[in-house]
Amino acid sequence: MNVAALPLAELECRLNQNGLWLRTGPFVSRIQTTIRSVAADISLLYADYPLEDFGAEAHAFADFHIQIAQPTNLRRWFKPQAMFLFDGASPFKPLPLDQAFPLLEWGLNWCVSAHANDLLIIHAAVIEKNGFAAILPAPPGSGKSTLCAALVQRGWRLLTDELALVRLTDGRLIPLPRPVSLKNQSIDILRDYAPAAVFSRPVSDTLKGTVAHMQPPCNSVARAQEAASAAWVIFPKYQADATTRLEPVSQSRTFMRIADNSFNYSLLGTRGFDTLTKLVGSCLCYDFTYSNLDEAVALFNSLPTDNIPK
Amino acid sequence: MKATPLILTAFRTPEALADLYLADWDLLLRQARRGGLLSSLHALLAERGLLDKVPEQPRRHLDWSHAVFERHALAVQWEVTQIRRALEQTGIPVILLKGAAYVMSGLPTARGRIFSDIDILVPKETVNQVEAALMMQGWATTHHDAYDQHYYRTWMHELPPMQHVRRMTVLDVHHAILPETAAIHPDSAKLIKAATKLTQPGDLAVLAPADMVLHAACHLFHEGELDNGLRDLLDIDSLLRHFGATPSFWHDLTGRAAELELTRPLFYALRYAARLLQTPLPQATTAGLAGPNAALLALMDMLYTRALLPDHPSCSDHLSAIARQLLYLRANWLRMPPVLLARHLFHKAFLSPDKLRESDFEKMRANEAEGRTISRKFRK
Repeated sequence: MNVAALPLAELECRLNQNGLWLRTGPFVSRIQTTIRSVAADISLLYADYPLEDFGAEAHAFADFHIQIAQPTNLRRWFKPQAMFLFDGASPFKPLPLDQAFPLLEWGLNWCVSAHANDLLIIHAAVIEKNGFAAILPAPPGSGKSTLCAALVQRGWRLLTDELALVRLTDGRLIPLPRPVSLKNQSIDILRDYAPAAVFSRPVSDTLKGTVAHMQPPCNSVARAQEAASAAWVIFPKYQADATTRLEPVSQSRTFMRIADNSFNYSLLGTRGFDTLTKLVGSCLCYDFTYSNLDEAVALFNSLPTDNIPK
Repeated sequence: MKATPLILTAFRTPEALADLYLADWDLLLRQARRGGLLSSLHALLAERGLLDKVPEQPRRHLDWSHAVFERHALAVQWEVTQIRRALEQTGIPVILLKGAAYVMSGLPTARGRIFSDIDILVPKETVNQVEAALMMQGWATTHHDAYDQHYYRTWMHELPPMQHVRRMTVLDVHHAILPETAAIHPDSAKLIKAATKLTQPGDLAVLAPADMVLHAACHLFHEGELDNGLRDLLDIDSLLRHFGATPSFWHDLTGRAAELELTRPLFYALRYAARLLQTPLPQATTAGLAGPNAALLALMDMLYTRALLPDHPSCSDHLSAIARQLLYLRANWLRMPPVLLARHLFHKAFLSPDKLRESDFEKMRANEAEGRTISRKFRK
């Protein structure tokens, strides 16, 4: 059963009580909240996601027990807040209530990046077409999510827009498709670029500016259990008025840049090193500068696949 | 009280976990994570050959925590090497305490155990020299507030925590195991004299077996550091099982407790290790230790059997929160004479409240990150 099968009232009821047992990629999260705007955004953006059905209560298991709650202090009367609770404990400071849904998204990212040590976790988007996946690692502000959102609106499969998961045993990329986070001008750019796409209500004044989330393509969510092989590492950089440009980067330099963008590279020790060495060794690596999304997507569609190292 | 929490069943009789449903595993993992014990549970199951019987989903969480532990163990070895290098020129005897001591002496207690700071004990008259030598190698004092500096240097048994500027690791330099202001004063010279030299690396030492147990007992039942109560009780359980195999150990332990004025903390340590973790104890040892009167003992039972469990709703009842608060008050009461305590609490409440809140927040984060803090600290 998918989230879409639940009428909003039933969804709210589950979120208020025993929680919504939601599967995203390799993880099951149990989400509880009484905040109605969060329920509405979940209903909108997670419509195609499967709910876990355990049969009997004795078989219920969640990787992460999450609650978005309102602190019960005096402040709730004049400046209401939302807090993220991880099994009742609060790893971050509360945010204004308006930011409750982005807080859930950031919290879900934290759950994965702070725990899932059977995977090398890289701060990067991953998209795939015809069995060839591209890893787009980048610091915030480089236009990684914008490019990723545009590509998945033009037929590429979304594996993730934030956390690239590399399986330590075989170096394959594990999908974690979730709503794509867009910031500031990117929101309107994507609305123009893909008028049919579904977005959450933009939330302003967050730490990252104005934020909205885009619903991932239905097909990407349906294929969330299908791992992919990396073919390219492409470091995107949005630069106003720049011509579309793809320049090779050495594998050693790529290695260092990915290690810097990894959440648990150093924690994994030699296993992290071996996994990353194999990953980079099997990829063509580029710096990519763009200003026009149509040109960028055209270039991605024309990437040759006969020269990928094995 | 509720039925025995799963986390206690797990450490008492890990074989019983084979019968758990997935929902029980879900709850057990949550209790273990809150108690900072996920990687300890992994270590225990690995040791008993039971890991392969754990269902796939919970097994993954145990393996995740094991990865953190492996990194942590390496980081501790490296950090201890750095401390030894920084201090070897001084010729001052350095004794590792608690977690770092368990790791470096290869005790089973160290398996799966994650901790955030490294503690050392040095003779009181050398504290300034030790601090200077550490500063030369990049450790800097952390509490810059004049009151905090005064608090540590005048009343406490340790320097303000030192943090390494590059690795961000925290080192506590002690000259005693209890504050100067406490009513009892275990003699540090005796501890240092009896210490056991480590074969590796070089000139470091750890406390003698009986002293190691007494220090753990003192930490948990006199200083009242209950944030990781069950983990610390498991240390005591593991040390007792390990050293207890030597027949003379139990006699040394009670004799030494009397000599160091630590009979009462030892009494509680043995009582609650046996109650919660079923630690085997010789009849003669328990019979020979004087406890408090019956009324006080009943109160202590009521408090400690609650406060030593992980602070998770499934391990708590309506008295758990008050039990923790009362034991916190008791620890402060034992730490300082009443007038000094009043003065200290007044200062913390009204003169530096923002800092207190900040440090509480940090502490909470550190606990929640389940030992991950040290890994992050060691990353750079």
